[in-house]
Amino acid sequence: MNKKERLVAAIEHGTVIDHIPAAKTYQVASLLGLFDLKTPVTIGINYPSQKVGNKGIIKVSDKFFTDDEISRLSVVAPNVILSIIRDYEVVEKKAVETPSEIHGIVKCNNPKCITNNEPMATHFHVENNILTCHYCEREQDISHVELV
Amino acid sequence: MNFVTIANLTREKILYMIEMASEFERHPNRELLKGKVVATLFFEPSTRTRLSFETAANRLGARVIGFADPKVTSGTKGETLKDTILMVANYADVIVMRHFIEGAAVYASEISPVPIVNAGDGAHQHPSQCMLDLYSIYKTQGTLENLNIYLVGDLKYGRTVHSLIMAMRHFNPTFHFVAPKELAMPKEYKLYCDEHGIKYQEHTAFNEKVIQDADIVYMTRVQKERFSDLMEYERVKNVYILNNDMLRLCKPNMKILHPLPRVNEIAQDVDDNPHAYYIQQAANGLFAREAIFADVLGITLEQVKADTTIIS
Repeated sequence: MNKKERLVAAIEHGTVIDHIPAAKTYQVASLLGLFDLKTPVTIGINYPSQKVGNKGIIKVSDKFFTDDEISRLSVVAPNVILSIIRDYEVVEKKAVETPSEIHGIVKCNNPKCITNNEPMATHFHVENNILTCHYCEREQDISHVELV
Repeated sequence: MNFVTIANLTREKILYMIEMASEFERHPNRELLKGKVVATLFFEPSTRTRLSFETAANRLGARVIGFADPKVTSGTKGETLKDTILMVANYADVIVMRHFIEGAAVYASEISPVPIVNAGDGAHQHPSQCMLDLYSIYKTQGTLENLNIYLVGDLKYGRTVHSLIMAMRHFNPTFHFVAPKELAMPKEYKLYCDEHGIKYQEHTAFNEKVIQDADIVYMTRVQKERFSDLMEYERVKNVYILNNDMLRLCKPNMKILHPLPRVNEIAQDVDDNPHAYYIQQAANGLFAREAIFADVLGITLEQVKADTTIIS
């Protein structure tokens, strides 16, 4: 057992979310709805990482995410890797893929957009990391988005 | 069917709508929409656009309900747009809406059980204006193909000029953008031109030489409130004014368009020049809007041609 694994307790079944930029860790937890789960969740931040500087790690017991849930992470943490754990073994690794459509999650940065003036979900078309609002057509860069 | 944006209309659809508008120009008074109720919901006042839509509905025999001023609606009591639209959809066969919020018409079209016609949503879209511009260009030039179109004035905020670029992309135009630096055509629309193979040139000077090759000169208003630097406004405010002397070299077929209202950007002495077309252009709005009503209510060009309800 190497040192890193001892920093955060291993899980028997579940998902390990790694390579989260440290500052985004709570956003990732929130986007995945982890604060509403009943199963054990371990959230760690400020681990040294070569990929993203300081990183966060989240371990979630007995929870496996759908591709749809995972794709939501693309707007805050595109480099995240999810490891699927069964019987303490990594059985699959998943990278985050940016979806071509994003519903909800992101706020339109145009204050005069209908989505900021009506109780409704936002909707964006995504191309080359540019989000275009389905309603007002204002564009924003995926790395500068504000979450709903 | 809805009419909320010009950007996704095909070449065929644009030409189809123009042909339909010309049918309505031949016989504008009919009872094609007899028994129908048209609602005009103006969350932002726009007398000119509302009168044009309401006249179009009346001349086709429909009855009109609605409001001209948002102060009288329950929106001011905090009602959502969704509730207003669903309520009015109980009464009307088609809803024409003008709103100050961008994207309002697209949203309304997603929730409404009856067709939505966008009569302008903030700085976003004003597709019926674009339709009448296209019809005016077609009528005066006999074609939409291969034209030299000069867009003059406020090209930064002028949504009509942006819509015109998108709609004309099917017809191999050459655009000339004539504007002060502060109101120049935004980069995104120049990129749009590049992506769609639309030729364009930019000018800051505006004189008889610049426009001598024009088929269409499309004037817009340079508004003081658009300038962050008032010195710059003072410097350019009289540069983008078209007067009669500037029309000496222009081509015989050239027509001057303007979405109106005009303030001083076209001198009064141009009005009697045969190149002036902006008042007739507004009249074309009636026929374009009759065509829009027919189209969203599922009435085809064939049916319009075979119409037996013509009054005159």
